[in-house]
Amino acid sequence: MTTTPLTPSAVAEALPAVKIPPHRRERLTPRRFTTNTIFYALLILLAAIYIFPFLIDIATSFKTEADAAADPLSLIPQTFTTAAYQKLFLNSDFPLWAKNSFLVTASVTIGRVFFDSIAGYALARLHFRGRNVMYAGLIAVMAVPGVVLLIPKFLVINQLGIFDSYAGMIIPLLTDAAGIFIMKNFFESIPVSVEEQARIDGAGTFRVFWSVVLPMARPAVVTIIILSFQGSWNELSHFVVSTQSPALTTLTKGVASLAAGQLGQATQYPLKLAAAAVMTIPVAIVFFIFQRRILNASDGSVKE
Amino acid sequence: MTTTVRQSPRLRMRRGTGIRKGEAASGWLFTTPMLVLLGLFLVIPVLMALWVSFSDWSGRGSPFSSGVSFTGLKNYSSVLTGGGLAEQNFGVALKNNAWYVVLVVPLQTALSLFLAVLVNRQILRGRGFFRTAFYFPSVTSSVAITVLWLFLFSSTGAVNKLISFVGVTGPNWFNEPAGIFHFGITNGPGFLVNNSTLGVAWWDWVGGPSFAMFALILLAVFTTSGTFMLLFLAALQNISGEVQEAAMVDGANGWQRFWRITLPQLRPTLFTVLTLGLIGCWQVFDQIYTGTQGGPAKTTLTPAYLSYQTSFQDQQWGQGAAIAFILFAIIVFFTLVQRWVLADRKVSKRRLRAYRIPGSKR
Repeated sequence: MTTTPLTPSAVAEALPAVKIPPHRRERLTPRRFTTNTIFYALLILLAAIYIFPFLIDIATSFKTEADAAADPLSLIPQTFTTAAYQKLFLNSDFPLWAKNSFLVTASVTIGRVFFDSIAGYALARLHFRGRNVMYAGLIAVMAVPGVVLLIPKFLVINQLGIFDSYAGMIIPLLTDAAGIFIMKNFFESIPVSVEEQARIDGAGTFRVFWSVVLPMARPAVVTIIILSFQGSWNELSHFVVSTQSPALTTLTKGVASLAAGQLGQATQYPLKLAAAAVMTIPVAIVFFIFQRRILNASDGSVKE
Repeated sequence: MTTTVRQSPRLRMRRGTGIRKGEAASGWLFTTPMLVLLGLFLVIPVLMALWVSFSDWSGRGSPFSSGVSFTGLKNYSSVLTGGGLAEQNFGVALKNNAWYVVLVVPLQTALSLFLAVLVNRQILRGRGFFRTAFYFPSVTSSVAITVLWLFLFSSTGAVNKLISFVGVTGPNWFNEPAGIFHFGITNGPGFLVNNSTLGVAWWDWVGGPSFAMFALILLAVFTTSGTFMLLFLAALQNISGEVQEAAMVDGANGWQRFWRITLPQLRPTLFTVLTLGLIGCWQVFDQIYTGTQGGPAKTTLTPAYLSYQTSFQDQQWGQGAAIAFILFAIIVFFTLVQRWVLADRKVSKRRLRAYRIPGSKR
């Protein structure tokens, strides 16, 4: 995709972006060369601004404290040290936080894929009384801003007696209105005749859903996986209101306490930045695996 | 859009036979987890919190126990008109967040549209690389980015180092409560200092966000522009090239084509981005919790964080819940205003004249 050859037809396709009279389309005029150079210079500058903070993060995590303060811009540590990582993994609760984060994220992702897709399927395809009301309710629920729910969620979790437990951390996140909405929309785009065929062959509703429809909905399922993995891995406020004990601290909550807690003492920037870098790795991996799908999502699905 | 085969109501209701056998039962079975989970952790909690916002519950025991009494609008009035610390805190939080919204929403919308137009060019080397670079901040956790930001904007951090190259001594960003529009003036004109709204002097209202808040504003623009870029990109790819070509034949230059052709067609996406941006901006919590806890001098306090602090730390649950519902009302209000502003209206005559081709007969 990035290596599109500069054939005349490719250039013609690109017409909207290029403004030269048609007969001179194939020649690289000096003026066009200049605009091109400026264009790429601008893009590269912007990309550098977006990437540089992350490079600084990684570089600083290998620096000594004094070095981090003395030369915050350099990308090469004066004295290369892994002290921050050693402290993080051997002398802190960081591994415990990571374990909790993985546990919660895995449970929430599996739960959402299952619950979002069955609910989405029912709303898209099954005929039953109350379906439209349910759908309207779902849309209304989607409009409720999450931050308004902080206190309410705590009240219910507390009332149910699952405060400060894995149950309280996981169960409220097991389904989300937006995910159901995505699944419903996707199921509606699958031709209904396929299901009817299976039904005529005698398959029950769950069987039709599980063996016929769900495999066809793979793109939507992947979307749900990406969204819920990223969402629950990066979730902070829900864990702030649903847990208290150090044993249940997740990465987000733990690293936040690291950032806030020791402001009075030494700044410990290499340690904090190492923690920030490590906690970014899993979402980065998911992002790079599904990169094409995320960044080109619009290319295939919307084009008529 | 719906491809579902619509059946007549009577046929739909007939149960137990044919191809739709047992569908109603499965329908309810399939949606039960959703109903239970969303009902239990979304609908009921909101109702419970609504009750708490009208009560004097202190956080001990159940909010429905007999010791808790109905106090009417007391919690709301102490936040909005009480004249005490509660009102002042809320006023400060509202001021901080209003500046945050005023700066973040236009900046992130403009930047994300700009990025989308840049990477949407048909011939573009390294398209994947650029899209990745711009989108990556959006997938990382707000906690990790805030930690990074605390370092970049620390007194000896990267940003101040960069600024020092042009001979300017940067502020100690996250410890600097001064408003960015105050320009070092400590005493404002009398009428601004002596008048106040919601317990906050007008002088402070016009002072803009503090340097600490401004660093968080830049953080928000940095992390959200990638997501919105993708939304604009999807919309740009959906615009047919034909209108563009027609405009080109008519002699419109690139700038005119963008403002007169592309942008009007992006209107629905623009509305989505502005609404999502607005809703997101009024909910800023993670960055405050991680980075500043409302400081320095309460200049990064936001209603969302204040609501958390009031209930979870000060145990004023009724007041905290009241703040949350006021915030909810604010978000709904601005979304409606935005919908109204961006609604399709008839084109005025003056505007219509601008679209007429010179020399044409009409």
